[in-house]
Amino acid sequence: MDRIKTEELSGAEIVVRCLQAEGVEYVFGYPGGAVLWIYDELFKQDKVRHVLVRHEQGAAHAADAYSRSSEKVGVCLVTSGPGLTNAVTGIATAYMDSIPMVIISGQVPTHAIGEDAFQECDAVGITRPCVKHNFLVKDIRDLAVTMKKAFHIATTGRPGPVLVDIPKDITAQRHEFLYPDSVTMRSYNPVTKGHAGQIKKAVALLQEAKRPMVYAGGGVILSNASAQLRELVKAMGFPCTNTLMGLGGYPGTDAQFLGMLGMHGTYEANMAMQHCDVLIAIGARFDDRVIGDPKHFAQNLRKIIHIDIDPSSISKRVKVDVPIVGNIPDVLKEILKQVDVQKADQPALKAWWKQIDEWRGKDCLKYDRKSKIIKPQYVLEKLYEITGGDAIITSDVGQHQMWAAQFYKFDQPRRWINSGGLGTMGFGLPAAMGAQLANPGATVACVTGESSIQMCLQELSTCKQYRIPVKIINLNNRYMGMVRQWQQFFHGNRYSESYMDALPDFVKLAEGYGHSGLLIDKPEDVEPALRETFKRKKDLVFLDFLTDQTENVYPMIPGGKGITEMILSEEL
Amino acid sequence: MRHVVSILVENEAGALSRISGLFSARGYNIESLTVAPTEDASMSRMTVVTSGSDEVIEQITKQLNKLVEVVKVVDLSEAEHIERELMLIKVRAGTKEREDMKRMADIFRGRVVDVSDNTYTIELTGHGAKLDAFIQALDQSAILETVRTGASGIGRGNRILKV
Repeated sequence: MDRIKTEELSGAEIVVRCLQAEGVEYVFGYPGGAVLWIYDELFKQDKVRHVLVRHEQGAAHAADAYSRSSEKVGVCLVTSGPGLTNAVTGIATAYMDSIPMVIISGQVPTHAIGEDAFQECDAVGITRPCVKHNFLVKDIRDLAVTMKKAFHIATTGRPGPVLVDIPKDITAQRHEFLYPDSVTMRSYNPVTKGHAGQIKKAVALLQEAKRPMVYAGGGVILSNASAQLRELVKAMGFPCTNTLMGLGGYPGTDAQFLGMLGMHGTYEANMAMQHCDVLIAIGARFDDRVIGDPKHFAQNLRKIIHIDIDPSSISKRVKVDVPIVGNIPDVLKEILKQVDVQKADQPALKAWWKQIDEWRGKDCLKYDRKSKIIKPQYVLEKLYEITGGDAIITSDVGQHQMWAAQFYKFDQPRRWINSGGLGTMGFGLPAAMGAQLANPGATVACVTGESSIQMCLQELSTCKQYRIPVKIINLNNRYMGMVRQWQQFFHGNRYSESYMDALPDFVKLAEGYGHSGLLIDKPEDVEPALRETFKRKKDLVFLDFLTDQTENVYPMIPGGKGITEMILSEEL
Repeated sequence: MRHVVSILVENEAGALSRISGLFSARGYNIESLTVAPTEDASMSRMTVVTSGSDEVIEQITKQLNKLVEVVKVVDLSEAEHIERELMLIKVRAGTKEREDMKRMADIFRGRVVDVSDNTYTIELTGHGAKLDAFIQALDQSAILETVRTGASGIGRGNRILKV
């Protein structure tokens, strides 16, 4: 029997060779007993670079943001037991936002599995509900093909994290290495082409619309459909809103953009969502933070077209009229090909825009510009101005995240990196590292708060080691601001455990890690500090802005309320 | 409403827990779940009896289809289908009850598969409702032990679930 002669390699070598074959540039990780053979092989080569984080959560977030900011797959490598459990928050974060990621975890040797061995945990069991798929490699013959499957599953259909758990003995055994070019799985064949009949129906609805609305989410970014989205919105003259995950999918500075919608979305976006007669949802999923109470949303009748790669996202919270399962750019191209712009009802559209402009006239993001205390919104406006709207902004979770989403206008996709689904505090700094490594020439800023930043602060050390010059914009109001806001609104001003006492001196802390820091406590110092900071291309600078402790994020739809039941700022 | 969902799934370790985990994580009901390999040993067939509104059932089938190891999903209750469940029931059958118990088993087309001095073990197959009816028909104090497999289902006629 003829056989192509292949090399015999150790399991660890096979893992590294697979990563090389996938063109992996960076692996974010932390060594430990179960992955020592893999680390040994990483040491012997220089194609795949390893970034040593200070906590495995940081590895997962960095790999995640590396992917979000670059379209490539994020890869992280952790050891068994605590290495894996530490990474779980990061894996769940990526899962909720559908980020393609491959996580390699070490496992105790196959003969020790189930014996409560040192640093053993059921990695496949623990991660099952927060990965797209996972594998335990029990036989070295399956290793290479499993790696291929992991990359294939992570990147196709609705993307997501895939975990490959590899027992230590497998990494030491030897087997011939053959990396397949592709894999087929009878149980996994995501639909990509939209149904022609449904597309036809969608086209007819769009042409007849009197009060149309385009509602685009993170799916537009993940599928690289921004160009087609823009083309459709422009051709039809429709208003467009983006979800928190979709910001940058449509240009934030365009006149047809109504801003973000949802719990802290603009008045005009939320009103238009409720009062439109034809809604086209693209790569978005009508979640609770977007439309609030689905019963309230259903009170106004409208036709809904929903384009998504994942059938389970369609008709989950809101019943839709025209479901289109498929790859967004392809579906949009097909719609663009068929739609007759001449057929649009111009007088009706004109009246609809008049209504929208009236809503816009509310100026719902207005804040007190004369304040003697630094307003967080002002910092973000200046950040936008000084970075020319061209930075990659990562954020943590809370008020600062919402203000960044409201005040930084993203004209490009993959510039806004945040944990929208899981809402993971601690995401911002490691995410900034991943984004900076994926985009070495870019300006990367992490908008954070004094509470969030402390959750993955140790990564300042990683930034020092790899000379990652991200800028940290700490909006320090000495409170878990969003918790405080909810306590003010809904819990009778009882600020239970939301005050951040005993804060460190962030300037000294940054200096302690070998970086620079600056405390800014006057509005007039905001702009100069930002200007100076962004001139320093090679340094990490930690800007600690002491901001107004009582500032709230407006508008706000209280939890469980309808999309138009917004609390508006007292400034209005 | 009650639905019988049939699932073809790769016969791999962990596939069962992915499916049962999905039901518990998303708050779906499982009335019963049966699973065994098919004629093709690389694949298992599962029958899940669940309940919910049309919207919930739609989500259940979509979510099941999303699992990487699931090959096919069919809601059998959408059309004509056959459902069978097996029950083994151990009943008290001393000299006094023996005759009656045997007659009762015959009426329900059950078979006595094990006998001791004072017990019968009866095997009964049928729709879940028939098994319920048998249990109801017995003197409750005579029931010593029951074990049921949960329903297995298959479509009628040319309705075939295969890869």
